[in-house]
Amino acid sequence: MKRIATAVAAVMVLSACGGDPLSNGGGNNPAPTDTIVVGSANFPESRLLAEIYAEALAGKGIKVSKKMNIGNRELYFKGVQDGSIDLIPEYSGVLLKHVNKEAPEVGSDEVYAALKKALPQGLIVLEKSSAEDKDAVVVTKQVAAQYSLKTIDDLVPYCKELVFGGPPEFQNRPDGLPGLKAKYNCEFKEFKALDVGGPLTVAGLKDNTVQAADLFTTDYAIKANEFVVLEDPKNVFAAQNVLPLINEKKASQQVRDTLNAISKKLDTKTLLELNQKLAAPEKPEPDKVAKEWLASSGI
Amino acid sequence: MTWIFENWERFWEVTEVHLRLSFVPVLIGFVLSIPLGWLASRSQTARAILFPLANILFTIPSIALIVITPVLLGVKILDEINVIVPLVIYTIALMVRSVADALSSVPGHVTAAANAMGFRPLRRFLTVDFPLALPVTIAGLRVATVSNISMVSVGALVGLGGYGQLFTEGYQTDHTEKVLAGLIGTVVLAVLADGLLLLLGRVLTPWARAGR
Amino acid sequence: MGWLFDPAHWSGTTGIPVRLLEHLLYTFVTLLIAAAIAIPLGAFVGHTGRGGFVVVGLSNALRALPTTAVLILVVLWAGLGDFPVYVALVLLAIPPIMAGTYAGIRAVDPVTVDAARGVGMRESGVLLRVEIPNALPLIYGGFRGAALQVVATATIAAYTGAGGLGRLVFDGLALQEFGQMLAGAVLVALLAVLVDLGFAGLQRLTVSPGLRPVGTGGKR
Repeated sequence: MKRIATAVAAVMVLSACGGDPLSNGGGNNPAPTDTIVVGSANFPESRLLAEIYAEALAGKGIKVSKKMNIGNRELYFKGVQDGSIDLIPEYSGVLLKHVNKEAPEVGSDEVYAALKKALPQGLIVLEKSSAEDKDAVVVTKQVAAQYSLKTIDDLVPYCKELVFGGPPEFQNRPDGLPGLKAKYNCEFKEFKALDVGGPLTVAGLKDNTVQAADLFTTDYAIKANEFVVLEDPKNVFAAQNVLPLINEKKASQQVRDTLNAISKKLDTKTLLELNQKLAAPEKPEPDKVAKEWLASSGI
Repeated sequence: MTWIFENWERFWEVTEVHLRLSFVPVLIGFVLSIPLGWLASRSQTARAILFPLANILFTIPSIALIVITPVLLGVKILDEINVIVPLVIYTIALMVRSVADALSSVPGHVTAAANAMGFRPLRRFLTVDFPLALPVTIAGLRVATVSNISMVSVGALVGLGGYGQLFTEGYQTDHTEKVLAGLIGTVVLAVLADGLLLLLGRVLTPWARAGR
Repeated sequence: MGWLFDPAHWSGTTGIPVRLLEHLLYTFVTLLIAAAIAIPLGAFVGHTGRGGFVVVGLSNALRALPTTAVLILVVLWAGLGDFPVYVALVLLAIPPIMAGTYAGIRAVDPVTVDAARGVGMRESGVLLRVEIPNALPLIYGGFRGAALQVVATATIAAYTGAGGLGRLVFDGLALQEFGQMLAGAVLVALLAVLVDLGFAGLQRLTVSPGLRPVGTGGKR
């Protein structure tokens, strides 16, 4: 047993040593200090917003590199903290809940103010945009009609009969199942782990594998499939303004001005339109859509 | 196919990452498995440890290993080493046996003759045993290379992974063309690498075909 | 390892036993379908000696196919469910089984085959009663190789929302719960070892003792 352990350790050490210098040679070393590494989460809207930030900064002559589609907040936030990425588009409410599970704030300005205080040392958020993209409990038109649902309150009597779908992390987030349970006393029959407001969740709703699901309010699929977004009177889902989360060291005045200018122009309607563009049949690349919008909005 | 040409720059960018993430581990794994394989071909004990260990390592799903490695290594989450280390482990797991089998397949009378001619162990290994073991070794290297090229994509789950990025993006946006582009890229790379290794083997071991 | 031994994770519709069974189901159904396709093909080509180049080429090309991409493509075309999982896994399992069968049949001593023809056996008899039984060790070798790969790779079923032990890996990743990821990895590896032991037992029971020395290694 001991010998096996030694052999394993040897292999690990050897491969680690062997890997290091080469991976540095491969252009993977920490970016030089004047480069801003822009990251994105694993869903198209985040990718698009990250491209908008990156292209705008690049347009001002700032050196940028992109690390797109990293994963969910649970994963990429570690990357923001360890310096793997410097800048990522965020949503105020969920980000606040991520750094402080107990945060009670729900209103847009309260969330923003609380978020500024709650962020760990070295990380800041810049100006928030008026664009909001919330998690929401979404059902199909048929299910809404069957149970006459308008708000999550209407759903409560039926929770125990229904299967809910969403990203795996929805099970643990305070603004996920735990929140629905605490505020509405709604516990679903079953939770089915799907994806982050993506094709799985949409398909799950359409074929009735799940009767209710977590989607994003700016998702074009909601409109395209005539899904019904249930109102959230008890505010499980706090205000979710799009804003840049950035490493303070990289936030020069020029960077701040550029990103703030974007937040000023970005509203919910714009976000909906941009998402619709992304979902168009010819599936344009996000960087193209980002550049077009930047050009049209004069940034 | 049109996606590849319309987005050539991006395609080339992920191709570069894919190439790096597949060949660096093969190279490191290959180099490391030579001494390990040699050990296994010489000592029963080493064989009894290394072969079952290689088998066990190989049963761990690549997805799980790639997802777990960042936590175990504790390096930055987006460091390419997080994908390189698991692939090195797989390469070694595959290659140790090939190298050991290859060295064992060198006929006893040949090594005896080399000994009789006064070859020292290292020189015998480098100029007699290893060259004669090359055909079998390269066969193993081909398998390891192809499977690495196909496995790199899994890294996309932790934000790395070359063509794998095209898979996840294509999936998220219901964009078949993009997934196909990545698939074609992977297969083309694999076929090219396999062909190159085959050629390399032929060039390096002309005697292997002499008798046919 | 705390996660793995927490009793709460061992019950319910998403408990470990359910995930284990789902994983086993994916594995066995895949292997059955793949064997039903690959063994006749490999046997036919091995027996007639025609098309060997195609078998080897096809096997290699299939080996290079990234399973994730196949899975995603089938999901995009055919929708969610278990069907895409089976397509991806069957494509993965075919090459080793086909290659093993082909190699096994080619490796049967021509003298034995001639003798079978000499005593008046028909071609079908030669194949079914002489060549295949003699090729069994190598067929099993290919089959067990395929089984190991399928058990390990069935993990990605969870990527498109299906079940199996991959759920633990993917949910663990999403929640950054290291214990759950590790539990998934360990259980898959254990299952692979158990499945392989099972097939090794089956091989012992079904392969003629006269062939045993060749078959002990599993992989030649």
